[in-house]
Amino acid sequence: MPQDSKAAILGRVRAALRTPTSPQVMPPKAALELAESGPARAEAIRRSLPTGGENYEESKALFAEQSAALKTRFVPVPSLQAAGDELARMAAEHGWSRLGAHAGELVTPLAEKLGLETVMTDGGYDPNELERCEVGLTECDALVAQTGSVLVTTRSAGGRALSVLPPHHVVVARKSQLIGALVDAYELLESRYGDAYPSFMTFITGPSRTGDIERILVLGAHGPKELTVLLIEG
Amino acid sequence: MSVNTVQFQTDADRMQQDGDRREFLRTALNGYILTRSGQQSKYGDYEAARTTAAAIKWQAIENLGEHLERFADNLEARGVHVHWCSDAAEARAAIVGVLKKHDAKAIVKSKCMTTEEIHLNELLEKQGYDVVESDLGEYIVQLRREAPYHFVFPAMHLKRGEIRELFERELGDAPTDDPEALTMIARQALRQKYLAADVGISGANFGVAETGMISITENEGNARLTTAMPKVHIALMGIEKVIPRFADLAVMLPMLALAGTGQRLTGYNSQFAGPRQEGECDGPEEMHVVLLDNHRTELLAHPEERDALRCIRCGACLNVCPVFKNVGGHTYGTTYQGPIGSVITPHLRGMKDWKHLSNASSLCGACTETCPVRIDLHHHLLRNRHSAAESSGGWAERMQMRGFALVMRQPWLYGIASSLGRWAHTLSRPIHGTRLDPVYAWRKTRDFPAPAPKTFQQLWRERKKDQPPRH
Repeated sequence: MPQDSKAAILGRVRAALRTPTSPQVMPPKAALELAESGPARAEAIRRSLPTGGENYEESKALFAEQSAALKTRFVPVPSLQAAGDELARMAAEHGWSRLGAHAGELVTPLAEKLGLETVMTDGGYDPNELERCEVGLTECDALVAQTGSVLVTTRSAGGRALSVLPPHHVVVARKSQLIGALVDAYELLESRYGDAYPSFMTFITGPSRTGDIERILVLGAHGPKELTVLLIEG
Repeated sequence: MSVNTVQFQTDADRMQQDGDRREFLRTALNGYILTRSGQQSKYGDYEAARTTAAAIKWQAIENLGEHLERFADNLEARGVHVHWCSDAAEARAAIVGVLKKHDAKAIVKSKCMTTEEIHLNELLEKQGYDVVESDLGEYIVQLRREAPYHFVFPAMHLKRGEIRELFERELGDAPTDDPEALTMIARQALRQKYLAADVGISGANFGVAETGMISITENEGNARLTTAMPKVHIALMGIEKVIPRFADLAVMLPMLALAGTGQRLTGYNSQFAGPRQEGECDGPEEMHVVLLDNHRTELLAHPEERDALRCIRCGACLNVCPVFKNVGGHTYGTTYQGPIGSVITPHLRGMKDWKHLSNASSLCGACTETCPVRIDLHHHLLRNRHSAAESSGGWAERMQMRGFALVMRQPWLYGIASSLGRWAHTLSRPIHGTRLDPVYAWRKTRDFPAPAPKTFQQLWRERKKDQPPRH
């Protein structure tokens, strides 16, 4: 019976912890204090991890550097108009015929302009239809400079599958969405969704990848083979 | 000697003969070390990050009861079914129960070592379920019907030619041995599995008590597909995986990536907060979290050993271990290989049968030095040796040790023994490496160093003669 096991496990845990931990396997006292919540802790984490940049220009340069290392295509564009032009160019270059998308302030006008056969995920969709799309176009919650990651949630990016099922994922973001480090991303998630989190949140760091065969990097193991980030700066 | 001890010795011997495979393994692990050190040098203060990560996990374990309760309450508040399981049998029953309830046939799995620990696949296959591993490395070893070689890189022992032959045999398709072409064959084979599966089974790298979420780290996107397409998601998680706060992930995720694969951040780091919520367009209708004890509370009861529960299963200690490098992953015969496996397996599966793993260490401390959460691995191995000796030191070993102590306490006996040893060394030359050698088992692959021209006692006497006593 599950309830019995719950009581049994918690009982064993509490009984085990009645003997205090040997001091020789404890981290330093200062570290334990720091591990408590608070601004000091966030600051300490920010300082100890790789930097996320001090201002927009630094963060943008870092995001570009990480993208290059990850083989993410990072394209800053001056306006929504220019983003549309770049998408049209990519559609012609790759010969896209089917697009997966969701309703959104940036995605809706771009999808309309592209004029391809479109599967919208809002309100439910047929997974087999989405699987046949060559590209998934989504918005995001943030771009993280420190790691070159795109933060998406079910709410910002049209559900769980749109950003992973089609072989090419295109993200469109605004200048204000570029943030420094992972600690900032968690602060953002807490303040934006703290009352009711979406059921799914993910940091996407480059296209899908594997090194399982002789440690040789192969892109597109299961998820997108290509990831493009369009950053609208105007 | 237990069966497991004999198996370890036989397999280690076999690996010793396979110079080619050892070289292949060494090249792969050296590649990891280079990538990792490049990334680590970009840290503002790596040692400080490591201390923070250790402190977070220490707090989690130190207050495990509260965190677990909070975790389960928050999961339930998000509509997740929580199953508490004391052992492997209960966890298997809980999972099969969910499969039966949904009349499931096809199951897709993303990488989860805990399911290896409870031998889930064997059971499900026996009961007629169609179970497929979706992580490329796991898929390869599943097709080969063997255990993962390394709990982070399951197929690291295989060369591309062997994988091509495997795919040709099992999938009827493998034109080249190019890693990209081989990966695409697996991608094609698995695509339809995600869409057709009734249930997706995953593990969890972390459970967040504060918010009732699980976090999964991966590179391929297979865990994302496993948890997005099927209508039921089951996550199996050891109770030690819980961490206190959501924001703890801001340091735990980069540390796991760095130590695991030398990446700044792994490809996908996903947090799951329940099944599809109101207003969402996809995701499973039902989510289950299966919490597993399976002797973890026994390890927790040791005040000096419980820090081993801080382990985040990054695999870094395997990658730097001279023993792992030379005996290979399968030799361990355990779910978790390498130093951490040698530390925890005797506690999880019985000291009597697994104490030999405590000796699978040179005590060089490379594991301790590389651990991102500062587990004192090599001292654990030393303590395990101690407890093994306390509990079951054999009669012969005790006699040997008593004899050794006797000789060491009497300088004249020690003198006789060391000259006898020198003679024995010279006289045994002709029988070295043959069955006549009384220490054949030890000397068949190695030798004692040649004795020094003079013994310590001789040198000491000469020195005293030459030098006037100092004041």
